[in-house]
Amino acid sequence: MINFELIIGVIEIVMIATTPLVFASIGELVTEKSGVLNLGIEGIMLVGAVMAFITLVTTGSYIIAFGISLLSGVLMSVLFAFFVLILMSNQIATGLSLTIFGIGLSSMLGKEFIGIPIEGLNPWYLVILSFLIVFLVSYFLNKTKNGLVLRAVGESHTSAHALGYNVILVRFLSIIFGGSMCALAGFYISICYAPMWQEGMTAGRGWIALAIVVFATWKPRNVLIGAYIFGGVTIIQMNLQAIGLRLPAQLFSMAPYVVTLIVLVIISSNQLRIKLSAPASLTIPFYKGR
Amino acid sequence: MKSLFAYISVLFLIFFGSVFADQKKVGFIYIGPPGDHGWTYMHDQGRQYMEDTLGDKVSSTYIENVPENADAVRAIRKLAESGHDLIFTTSFNYMDQTMEVAKDFPDINFEHATGYKRSDNISTYSGRFYEGRMIEGHIAGKMSKSNTIGYIASFPIPEVVRGINAFYLAASKVNPDIKMKIIWVFTWYDPGKEADAANTLINQGADIIVQHTDTYAPCQAAEKAGVYAFGQASNQESFCPNSHLTAIEDVWGPYYAERAQAVVDGSWSSQDTWDGMQKGMVVMSPYNESLMSADLIAEAQAMEEGIKDGSLHPFTGPIYDQEGKLVVEDGDVASDGMLLGMNFYVQGIDGELP
Repeated sequence: MINFELIIGVIEIVMIATTPLVFASIGELVTEKSGVLNLGIEGIMLVGAVMAFITLVTTGSYIIAFGISLLSGVLMSVLFAFFVLILMSNQIATGLSLTIFGIGLSSMLGKEFIGIPIEGLNPWYLVILSFLIVFLVSYFLNKTKNGLVLRAVGESHTSAHALGYNVILVRFLSIIFGGSMCALAGFYISICYAPMWQEGMTAGRGWIALAIVVFATWKPRNVLIGAYIFGGVTIIQMNLQAIGLRLPAQLFSMAPYVVTLIVLVIISSNQLRIKLSAPASLTIPFYKGR
Repeated sequence: MKSLFAYISVLFLIFFGSVFADQKKVGFIYIGPPGDHGWTYMHDQGRQYMEDTLGDKVSSTYIENVPENADAVRAIRKLAESGHDLIFTTSFNYMDQTMEVAKDFPDINFEHATGYKRSDNISTYSGRFYEGRMIEGHIAGKMSKSNTIGYIASFPIPEVVRGINAFYLAASKVNPDIKMKIIWVFTWYDPGKEADAANTLINQGADIIVQHTDTYAPCQAAEKAGVYAFGQASNQESFCPNSHLTAIEDVWGPYYAERAQAVVDGSWSSQDTWDGMQKGMVVMSPYNESLMSADLIAEAQAMEEGIKDGSLHPFTGPIYDQEGKLVVEDGDVASDGMLLGMNFYVQGIDGELP
């Protein structure tokens, strides 16, 4: 006999666990589509999480916490954009520094707020919002002129520039969108998912989001699939353990990363890379006038 | 004029140098942040207790969030090179890293928590937390209505396995129908994942959540779902007042003070310490009077007394492993050696150790 209540429960837990991955990876996807790789996801998430928590504790308003959290994501990404777009620093090094900076900054800001109990926000609002955002991004990238411009900038910034598009502005906005989504993921983690502030509480989800973008071969709807596979495998593995099935838990935890590796190997061959729609100008800085 | 300044500063240096010369520096390596309200928090409470007790005789520093890999070597070495006299490494998987650094610094004393490798300048220490697990198991056996306990386990090391077995032995003694569902999350610290595991167990019918991970996320999840939970490492009642039954608290302060004093006296030597309730290293948080009956609280307190005076031992035979092999004879208690290397489930627990 199939126990429907149990299955619905599992689906609920999967959705709640996957949502932060959806936010972070859809944001990163847009940033990467414009040709910028932001490795600062984890750091922005943490800053978004701590700012949301601090604001909620001090003001008691979810709305203000939401706003401040998004704002902190915007500020972090402006910082990143300034380095990689204006100073043309190496994107990988800058992104990594942003993560390290975010980990430290969030720990420092949150020092006084550890262990304060809060009333968590019902996660379902943001679960629904995550689906909405994915479909909006998908529509924007595939069906609108501005979406096409964004993709063009990511494919060949010199051509886009020659056509008269403002490459720097497009990338700037994409980075900001990506950063806000990461902050939103952070908000979700500290306010809805596990309502608390703990140092480093995102526990590597930013890196998983990065893998999901590759796994999704830079297609918004695939992000949803990828995120749900990553999130689902973890939860299903937990359920099998709890049922008492004799399965190697380690293998299950490994599966999504193995698949990502395979995807990475495939796209390292150039022909396929184009077919899989990886942005051709990814990580290449844009020098005006060249 | 300039030389006068120089003289004064030199005098100052000599003066303070002599004041601090006797002060011993004690360093700590933490796996998490002191604010986790769990494992690391309690070690930090112990560190503060040591400072308060010994006053000027010691000063202390700590490095937090040190991963259990090669980074730990760097962190321990950093403390060793910066003039520390005594270094506590407070997680099981710092064991080999502590060994590696300690052999380069024979004049510095090391203390490794929950491990078993010692040398001339490495002591080991741990708490008999399984004594607390026995009491939790007894309470759970009496209080579960669904006869299903959800247990969130971190890594399959003897410390964790021992806790599971002690819990189950006590629970099944008072309730033979009790079933344990165990989820290994392979992390000490991931609030999201810990909450997922708790929700999964609750979804599968568990009405009491036990955890061997470091944050209060599982207890919060239990509170939200309206089931009971045990806190971990410290009293977590403020985060889940309507579900928190009790918690096993790790009290390190007196031990840290004693060992630091030994360094001050010059009497420190390598040893192995494994203390429990009797010495106050393991303490039960106040039992939740609004959730537990007075009788049950009295039973739990009587068990505490029994463990302290030695009349009660969580691993009293006959104990069988999952294959039905007798591992502890009727009337015997498990030896410390067996407890320290415990790598099997006792009979009655479903599933396989990962």
